[in-house]
Amino acid sequence: MNVARKSGAARSLKVGATERELRNVVDTVLRLAKSIGVAETEVHVDETISALTRFANNAIHQNVAEHTVNVSVRTQVDQRTARATTNRTDEDSLRAAIEASLSLAHSQPKNPHLLPLPGKQRYRGVNRFIKQTAALTPEDRARAVRRSAQAQSAMGNSRSLFAAYHDTHSVFSITMQEGSAASWAKENAVDVDDIDPQRLAERASDKAHQATNARELAPGRYTVILEPAAVLDLVGFLFYDFAATALQDKRSCFNGRMGKQVFGKNISIVDDVYHPLQLGAPFDGEGIPRQRVLLVDHGIPRNLVYSRASAKVAKKKPTGHGFMLPNEYGEAPMNLVFSGGKASLEEMIAATERGLLVTRLWYIREVDPYEKIMTGMTRDGLFLVEKGRVSSAVRNFRFNQSILEMLRNVEMLGPAVRATGEEAFEMVVPAMKIRDFHFSEVTKF
Amino acid sequence: MYDLATAALDTARIRGASYADVRVMHLRQRDLTTKNGRVGTLAQSESIGIGIRVLANGAWGFASTDRMTRESVAACAAQAVSIAKASALAKRGDVVMAPENAYVDSWQSPFRKDPFEIPLETQLTLLLAADAEMRRVKGVTLTETDMQFRKIDSWFASSIGSRIHQRKVITGCGIVATSFQGDEIQKRSYPNSFGGQHALQGYELVESLDLLKHAPVIAEEAVALHAAAQCPQKTGTLILGASQLGLQIHESVGHPIELDRVLGQEANFAGTSFLTLDQLNKLRYASDIVNVVADARLEHGQGLGTFAYDDEGVPAQCTDIIKAGQFRGYLSNRETAHLIGLQRSSGTMRTESWNRLPIIRMTNVSLLPGTWSFDDLLGDTDDGILMETNRSWSIDDRRYQFQFSTEIGWEIKSGKRGRMLKNPSYSGITTEFWNSCDAICEREHWTLWGTPNCGKGQPMQTMGTGHGASPARFRNVRIGTAFSEQ
Repeated sequence: MNVARKSGAARSLKVGATERELRNVVDTVLRLAKSIGVAETEVHVDETISALTRFANNAIHQNVAEHTVNVSVRTQVDQRTARATTNRTDEDSLRAAIEASLSLAHSQPKNPHLLPLPGKQRYRGVNRFIKQTAALTPEDRARAVRRSAQAQSAMGNSRSLFAAYHDTHSVFSITMQEGSAASWAKENAVDVDDIDPQRLAERASDKAHQATNARELAPGRYTVILEPAAVLDLVGFLFYDFAATALQDKRSCFNGRMGKQVFGKNISIVDDVYHPLQLGAPFDGEGIPRQRVLLVDHGIPRNLVYSRASAKVAKKKPTGHGFMLPNEYGEAPMNLVFSGGKASLEEMIAATERGLLVTRLWYIREVDPYEKIMTGMTRDGLFLVEKGRVSSAVRNFRFNQSILEMLRNVEMLGPAVRATGEEAFEMVVPAMKIRDFHFSEVTKF
Repeated sequence: MYDLATAALDTARIRGASYADVRVMHLRQRDLTTKNGRVGTLAQSESIGIGIRVLANGAWGFASTDRMTRESVAACAAQAVSIAKASALAKRGDVVMAPENAYVDSWQSPFRKDPFEIPLETQLTLLLAADAEMRRVKGVTLTETDMQFRKIDSWFASSIGSRIHQRKVITGCGIVATSFQGDEIQKRSYPNSFGGQHALQGYELVESLDLLKHAPVIAEEAVALHAAAQCPQKTGTLILGASQLGLQIHESVGHPIELDRVLGQEANFAGTSFLTLDQLNKLRYASDIVNVVADARLEHGQGLGTFAYDDEGVPAQCTDIIKAGQFRGYLSNRETAHLIGLQRSSGTMRTESWNRLPIIRMTNVSLLPGTWSFDDLLGDTDDGILMETNRSWSIDDRRYQFQFSTEIGWEIKSGKRGRMLKNPSYSGITTEFWNSCDAICEREHWTLWGTPNCGKGQPMQTMGTGHGASPARFRNVRIGTAFSEQ
């Protein structure tokens, strides 16, 4: 294969492309597709520049940088559609992607439910690009080990729709070990200056010290105080249940439960890409503008999110949450925001006669999809709270807990923050004090 | 491709690297799915680029690019050296690599039918037919099928003189029937859950599965599960089907033996391991009949962990992990081998793509076959539960305490398979569990299962691993814990 051959205007997409340069690639694909007679074409161009430094045992052991570009082409002909993706931007490669998409599309039966491509849309602007974060050097990362990335994307189609978005993203996480005890802290932000590595390191260090000499408690039901990362990684498993397609396929836990008092009255959830603590493009995989959707109102699931296809089935309007087509999952809310409260972690601890303070959860998996029973482990700092204060470290527990039941048992809420964990994508959630959380077994540390 | 790789190596050397290796990779993938009788995903992708790893000032740097010109590759190599020098600002000592020979070789994984040459119409027709067979069963509310094909070419070059080209063809296929009734969702999958079976094979894998025969069977089971008895909560005898046992091996043997995890390099994300270095050759990991190997060689089978060379240019090997119950070996690379007294890497460095750094990964971590026929195993069991096809999996971050649930179970009473059980689950402590194994079925029942979705590392890398297993019996296992007190 000749990978260095010369071709047309789009081949020289430079690192850190501007919106105009991305649009040039979109326009090139649309022009090429039109020239070979494709009726409807959609193009996505995504560029990611990211770098990561990993530090273990007091030394850097991994320090990496990458640059990727993907051009993804969907053609739609005679009620058939398919997608082909390439990371080459020369005209020959783009033409090959169009032809591959066409070939795939032609190989399938007609889909009478396939909608024509949407036309031009209007978008609300969001500003999530910080120059200092994009310009972080390996030396900067070596001084305060972290990951930084910038991403820009554009999409367009043959019906004059065009949308573009760019952002920066910075993450710092740290695990501290003292003997067999460990603790952890992690934050992410659009602006690298919003993260204070020193403060996070001190928090993890203090907690690791507190986590030594862990005692074993019997499994059972406990009052728990879940820090935001622990809340996030559990409730994150709810997101697809709010997809209209999931209900139409009868695999959502909200089948038969819409409009009912499923959660406690202190639980309200919206999907809101425009929230100041959220990230992400203000348009979906088909270019439909994302809307703010009230999903749960005082414990009652009220609304779902819709792609164009699921909206048509349900006789609703699309909400701008569709995935790139073709796909079998439809849509999902990707910017969940839980309503918070005013209680600080310290106030929750002070208000607890006997309970457990949970730093984070780990390896969470779904045991029962309808009752939404999840299993997983506590990790990196589990503490016994007695008479309003932390009294000792505790060996880690396994839990088997229904999220539906858990969100009926929330007694106190902290302020909603942009949380980050390892199981779910980032959301805006509060710390929670919850009664009768079910721990089924204990491990050896 | 080697021209570009050589240009990268030259630049790295001139910029001050003491060692460098380069992977040019070309990845092609096709995904087909159906849902409820209609085509779902129909997509293919292609990606090519170069990843450059260098050692400079005693520390590692890595950079990658998809700009496949000499100028861009040279700039990328220079960036990798610059990153390595930045890494050296925070090093405790110089990286020491185990010696390895230089190899010049070309290898292709064996296959009979190139899946990319089979007409798409043929592939979709089969999936839609299987989908239709499942939907004919009353009570089925959702049907899904999938095929996935990958073709991966990699050109490895290193500053010690290796030039290795490998081509791998990977096929995956599976079907799923789901039934929602009352307040319960039940699901059955074939031949395995989470995408079916995956192997280093061509389209012949799909043809061997006989989807149309199994589609109505799993559909009927998914519906029948609603009326089945709940799996009891007790401590008792457990027989695991081979695919579930494959995942048990993955989680409770495969991950704990990764030496980077043991050394704390994954502590911030994937966790550590209970298998500290002092346990090697001392720990009784399992009962006497348990033998586990990590075997990347083709003679072990065409698994997702099969190759000729790893992504550090080390030839595929077979390493004893558990021998007659004793813990005997870790998965290592050139950097860590000396820490466990080895003169050479065990050849387990693998990368997801050209833009990812190779890290220690499982190859084919397999339980070797035992001596029992399956019928004899059932016949020898007075009171037990047979569990098949994974539904959920979870283990703590040091790999001690685990819990699994499966899609379906059956009571075993007086040597015979009895009534169906729903929502089966079991849990335990890794070494206690493996020491309770008292029967393993023979090679006739052994399958090299593929786990296509193993996540590890930051940035996250998804890797395919192989796990050979035959049904096996375990005593005194905690059963039904996932639904206790619900």
